Amino acid sequence: MKDNKKTYWKGIEQLSNDAAFVKNAESEFPESVTQESSESSRRDFLKIMGFSVAAASLAACEAPVRKAIPYLNKPVDVDPGVANYYASTYLNGGDYCSVLVKTREGRPIKVSGNKLSSVTNGGTSAQVEASVLSLYDDARLRGAKSKGEASTWDQIDDSIISELEKIASNDGNIRIVSNTVLSPSTLKSIEDFKTKYPTTEHVMYDQVSMSGMAIANERSFGTKIIPSYDFSKAEVIVGVGADFLSTWGAPIENTYQYAQTRKLKDKKMSRHFQFESNLTLTGSNADYRSMIKPSEEGSVLANIYNILASKAGVPAVKANKIDKETISKAANDLWKAKGKSLVVAGSNDPSIQVVVNAINNLLGNYGSTIDLNTPVNYRKGDEAIMDAFINDASSGKVAAVIFFNANPVYDYYQGEKLAAALSKVALKISTSSVEDETASLVDYIAPDNHYLESWNDASPKKGHYSLAQPTITPIFKTRQAQSSFLIWSDNDGDYFKYLQNNWKEKSTGSFQPFWDKALHDGVYNNASEIENVEYEFVGDVNSEANAISSNYKSGDVELMIYEKSTIGNGSQGNNPLLHELPDPITKATWDNYITMSVADAGFRLDDAKTKTANVTVGGETINLPIMVQPGQASGTIGIALGYGRTSAGRVGDNIGKNIYPLLVNVNGTQSLRISKGVSVEVTEEVHQLAQTQTQNTFMGRETIIQEATLEEFKKDEGAGRFHPHVATWQSESGQVKPEELTLWKGHEYNGHHWGLTIDMNACNGCSACVVACNVENNIPMVGKQEIINRREMTWLRIDRYYSSATDDVTDYAEMEKSAENPEVVFQPMMCQHCNNAPCETVCPVAATTHSTEGLNQMVYNRCIGTRYCANNCPYKVRRFNWFKYHDNDQFADANPQMNTEIGKMVLNPDVTVRSRGVMEKCSFCVQRIQSGKLEAKKDRRELEDSDITTACAAACTAGAITFGDMNNAKSEISNLMKIEDAEKGKEIKIMKNKRAYHVLEEIGVRPNVFYLTKIRNKA
Amino acid sequence: MQVTSPLRETLVTGGKTVHDITEDICRQVEGKPSKSWMMGLALSLGGLTIGGYAVFTLLWEGIGVWGLNKTVGWAWDITNFVWWVGIGHAGTLISAILLLFRQKWRMSINRAAEAMTIFAVLCALMFPSLHMGRMWVGFYWALPLPNTFGSLWVNFNSPLLWDVFAISTYFTVSLVFWYIGLIPDFATIRDRATNKISKAIYGALSFGWDGAAKTWMRYESVSLILAGLATPLVLSVHTIVSMDFATSVIPGWHTTIFPPYFVAGAIFSGFAMVLTLMLVTRKLFKLEDYITIYHIELMNIVIIITGSIVGVAYITEFFIAWYSGVPYEQYAFINRAFGPYDWAYYTMMTCNVIAPQLFWFKKIRTSIVSTMIISIIVNIGMWFERFVIIVTSLHRDYIPSSWAMFYPTRYDVGVYLFSFGFFFTAFLLFSKFFPVLNMAELKSIVKSSSEKK
Repeated sequence: MKDNKKTYWKGIEQLSNDAAFVKNAESEFPESVTQESSESSRRDFLKIMGFSVAAASLAACEAPVRKAIPYLNKPVDVDPGVANYYASTYLNGGDYCSVLVKTREGRPIKVSGNKLSSVTNGGTSAQVEASVLSLYDDARLRGAKSKGEASTWDQIDDSIISELEKIASNDGNIRIVSNTVLSPSTLKSIEDFKTKYPTTEHVMYDQVSMSGMAIANERSFGTKIIPSYDFSKAEVIVGVGADFLSTWGAPIENTYQYAQTRKLKDKKMSRHFQFESNLTLTGSNADYRSMIKPSEEGSVLANIYNILASKAGVPAVKANKIDKETISKAANDLWKAKGKSLVVAGSNDPSIQVVVNAINNLLGNYGSTIDLNTPVNYRKGDEAIMDAFINDASSGKVAAVIFFNANPVYDYYQGEKLAAALSKVALKISTSSVEDETASLVDYIAPDNHYLESWNDASPKKGHYSLAQPTITPIFKTRQAQSSFLIWSDNDGDYFKYLQNNWKEKSTGSFQPFWDKALHDGVYNNASEIENVEYEFVGDVNSEANAISSNYKSGDVELMIYEKSTIGNGSQGNNPLLHELPDPITKATWDNYITMSVADAGFRLDDAKTKTANVTVGGETINLPIMVQPGQASGTIGIALGYGRTSAGRVGDNIGKNIYPLLVNVNGTQSLRISKGVSVEVTEEVHQLAQTQTQNTFMGRETIIQEATLEEFKKDEGAGRFHPHVATWQSESGQVKPEELTLWKGHEYNGHHWGLTIDMNACNGCSACVVACNVENNIPMVGKQEIINRREMTWLRIDRYYSSATDDVTDYAEMEKSAENPEVVFQPMMCQHCNNAPCETVCPVAATTHSTEGLNQMVYNRCIGTRYCANNCPYKVRRFNWFKYHDNDQFADANPQMNTEIGKMVLNPDVTVRSRGVMEKCSFCVQRIQSGKLEAKKDRRELEDSDITTACAAACTAGAITFGDMNNAKSEISNLMKIEDAEKGKEIKIMKNKRAYHVLEEIGVRPNVFYLTKIRNKA
Repeated sequence: MQVTSPLRETLVTGGKTVHDITEDICRQVEGKPSKSWMMGLALSLGGLTIGGYAVFTLLWEGIGVWGLNKTVGWAWDITNFVWWVGIGHAGTLISAILLLFRQKWRMSINRAAEAMTIFAVLCALMFPSLHMGRMWVGFYWALPLPNTFGSLWVNFNSPLLWDVFAISTYFTVSLVFWYIGLIPDFATIRDRATNKISKAIYGALSFGWDGAAKTWMRYESVSLILAGLATPLVLSVHTIVSMDFATSVIPGWHTTIFPPYFVAGAIFSGFAMVLTLMLVTRKLFKLEDYITIYHIELMNIVIIITGSIVGVAYITEFFIAWYSGVPYEQYAFINRAFGPYDWAYYTMMTCNVIAPQLFWFKKIRTSIVSTMIISIIVNIGMWFERFVIIVTSLHRDYIPSSWAMFYPTRYDVGVYLFSFGFFFTAFLLFSKFFPVLNMAELKSIVKSSSEKK
């Protein structure tokens, strides 16, 4: 084809390039065709239809909306994924602990002890560890309430102020009722309130009172205080009905100090005698424990006094004879340790406490183990004043009452009388953060913040202060009670400023640096406040002893009411961490019961099945299940306080019975000991207790529990160690130790090699570590029925063993039974991170593997749930997710931290919430290891021993748990275990600490967890 | 061709001819189902439905509906698994080992026994699947499949993985063996079929069997090869199942005697189950001339032998526990006999050790009623044997603080019922639609008309 350059025109217009033509040349239609001028065209219709179909189908498969709000202006200190720590103070009535709060993205998720505190020394307790969940309690009030209806702060402030003013102008009595208040600034705000309303009186009471001690000290030394004790200086300790390691006095301090005397430094340890009726945590740690009736406590002390008096050459006092060898033994040992001993009694009877003071005075303990110059403030309540208030209220003499975080309707023995009297009180206000038994009877509820949302200060003892700072803005529309007091007394309601102003008095130089340091440390000590005054004992022992001897008559059945270290006085009654925490002694959860000796009960527990009993005290009958308890003095029973809440919240309501109404007031002081008019009738009703451990003895298995006496230990540090009879093998290079023989190639640890050591002599079984572990690792609580089904999920448990009724290890039936007054041993048990882990070999999908740092790791995502690993675990520490514990109504009551919107805020974002059907277990807090390593890496430095510790080790007040890198020659664990061969990489480290042993050494699984033998200081 | 002495008792009585065999066996397939069969099927389907609810709940709610706990991680699930695998041993043993030993009496029972094997192995497979916490991933993660997870592979150290291989191999070989045997019989039914559908179905099932001499030759050699393959499997499967326990560290599990002891136990329970089923089939399908007292007696003798081996194993375990000097081992066995589960132990001892010894009396081993009763007792006993091994060993092992009891829930029972429902439904369908005896083989042992006196 030839080139064709012809152009065909559409018309003459194109040829002429007519302007009108060019304009329309690109149009589809000629100019003349007018388009329909509708607003939407056919194409628009198609577009819209297409969009709608796409949008509708996209909307249908929309993923659940996750509310994540980005920071528009990022707060300076909040980095997503990075934790912040704030020093603060745990306050619950008179209970005190200086704490360090871990927050993530503005949420407090973990509370641990503050090592800078010279009072608590970094210790915590189960209740302190659990308190972080109480912050996210669904039962907390969302805002102010007026006459049962939700209201606003302005409204209730207006009504309260006008009513208070009216009452004050009529000289009506106003009462503020609280437990002990440790905060000086709070007390000052109450004083300011009193200035505005002069008819106000502040009534303090304590759930479990120690007012008798203050009275006794007034009689003995003329000063109405409770002194500080220093157990760490005591070589001989005698406790008479005082559970000082778990509830009496300042248990965290006591535990720390006591542990210092049990760690066998320089082969020395204290000797501890305990006389008690219930088997308590303290008694279970004693070297000599004697069972007495509560009515005999005074006589035991009087007898001790008499023996000491004869040695000291002072006249004896009247003492009923008690037939116990341990009394003279204790007295002799006390005398030998003059000035370095300590006698404490739990009784609230001033007469008994005066005798105790007299004994300590004879022994010269004042000034060494007892410090009258540094009185403690933990228990300031006075039940005489409280009783007077209730009488006044009953007779209509009280016009207004403010319950300042107190719940006396529940936890005072005259609670019922008070509840009835409240109808005669014109104005009733509560600052409780939940609508509890008392708050549900008041007109106005002005809910207080949780302590983690509050500014506050505290003075646990003279010259010792600490600060509390908010770690989260108030979650609900709550307000600090102190602000309420200030506002109601026409002051500026800013409590922070108020607090700061108070502290200005304390600073000597410039205030801001002083304040910053105090806030950073959380604690401030002012030694200059403590004066050195010599006190002289002026008590009349003779008349007190006469009073004891005439006041106490032995009853057929005596009731010893006690506090548990778990649920305590019941104020944290809606906290599932405490309900599910096994009682350290009975290992029971979610229940209240009567402890009774085997002889009295007439049966033994079989798989936690029991009968109930009716206990009648002064006309009041309570039916509770029986806990058959070894070590319970025959003729006595024990019942715990803290249960029977009716308005605590959905977790804690209606568990057990409320025992407070059974308490009695003897000669003006509250008594937990009831010797008269108690009767017990065992019914045939069967009750299932929920215990996490039902076999109480260790069946004489020496490879699990290895113990010796101090005498044996002094001769040989390896005393009590069990060496399995396993044959050795002769190789070409000589004899091979049996533990070195293995099928496996072994591991090489060229980096870190993590290990954990547990000193069974320092561990007193308090169980704070268990709660710490639960909180740190998002461990679900499973509720009573699942505990009965033996499916608790805790990664760390404390095995509590009693000694058997016989020494003959082949008599299995007798070995299973506990001795009547058993020796007790506590053994924290968690994943042993075996180097030859039986779990690792049997998993078909390799979901549990060994790390290059000696950890046995659990890969949840890979787990298919055959449970073979758990079966093959000799230590039975693996836990299976039998159900879905999160977002499951079945567990909403027991496990709010995974089932309520608010509860989920406590979860640790670094730890996966496990799904149903997978296995889990202790990870040695691998998230802490990783974050510690990252921190060191960011700082470009070597990892230091103090960078990483596990939650359990951090929580241990006694310092019984040591975690660290066994490859690091400078680490605490290397020092403690005396790891000789610090040459890196070896799987088996050579230890020079002869106390160290592996549980079940002979099966050759080679754990990375070591136990140090239990040593008892007895002949 | 093996020559049988004319003096030997005939294995098939009643003067059956080759034609009679075809008639007697095909009658069941071709005729209407009997009333008792319908009732049996209804009952089995009922069990399957109720059990199905339990299985559904298990999958929906989680393993927690069972009675397991932190200490006892396996109980009824693995007990049922091992029990069903054990039952699944008899079929292949009868067809393979007895074929190799030329025990012709097996011909009357091997078909049903093999069917039973296959269904039992299927029931067994249910339990390792259902007992997993996350079955939805477990059923394929436990297989060594190439995957996109990187270098993630199964753990070849794990006896559970060996189980997967052992049982799937055994199942495959048993299924092929069974099916090969069925082909000539399907062809017979096909040839006799009068309606089109049957003809088409059995035609397809018979794989175009033509009955030619060459076909028969191939059939015989394939049978022999499969028998050779299956024989070691009979021994290996339960050996490997026993290693789930034997390679662990748990006292009472960690025992070298387990492989032979488990194999003997498996044959013991398998034969008992075959007897139970055959006695019923024999009666319902009027097969008294094919499954004679002689057969029953021979099987009872196998039961005496294996039962005695099992009994000796029990005693040996006790001896070794004492002889070892290991306190945990000693305690585990004392606890079996005198602990809280002693009733299970004595049930096991009575059913497995004492009951089969009654077969020493000829009167008892040739009585149908007593054979029936004892065969059931043996299966109860063997279930308890596995329960005793699994639960009583686990519930009190090393650390006394974790000692716990296991109590079954209705879902434990329900899932077990499900496996029964499945087993009997499958067996009833088999007995109706498939020839229950091997016609082709049986014909080789009846005397031809020319040999008749």
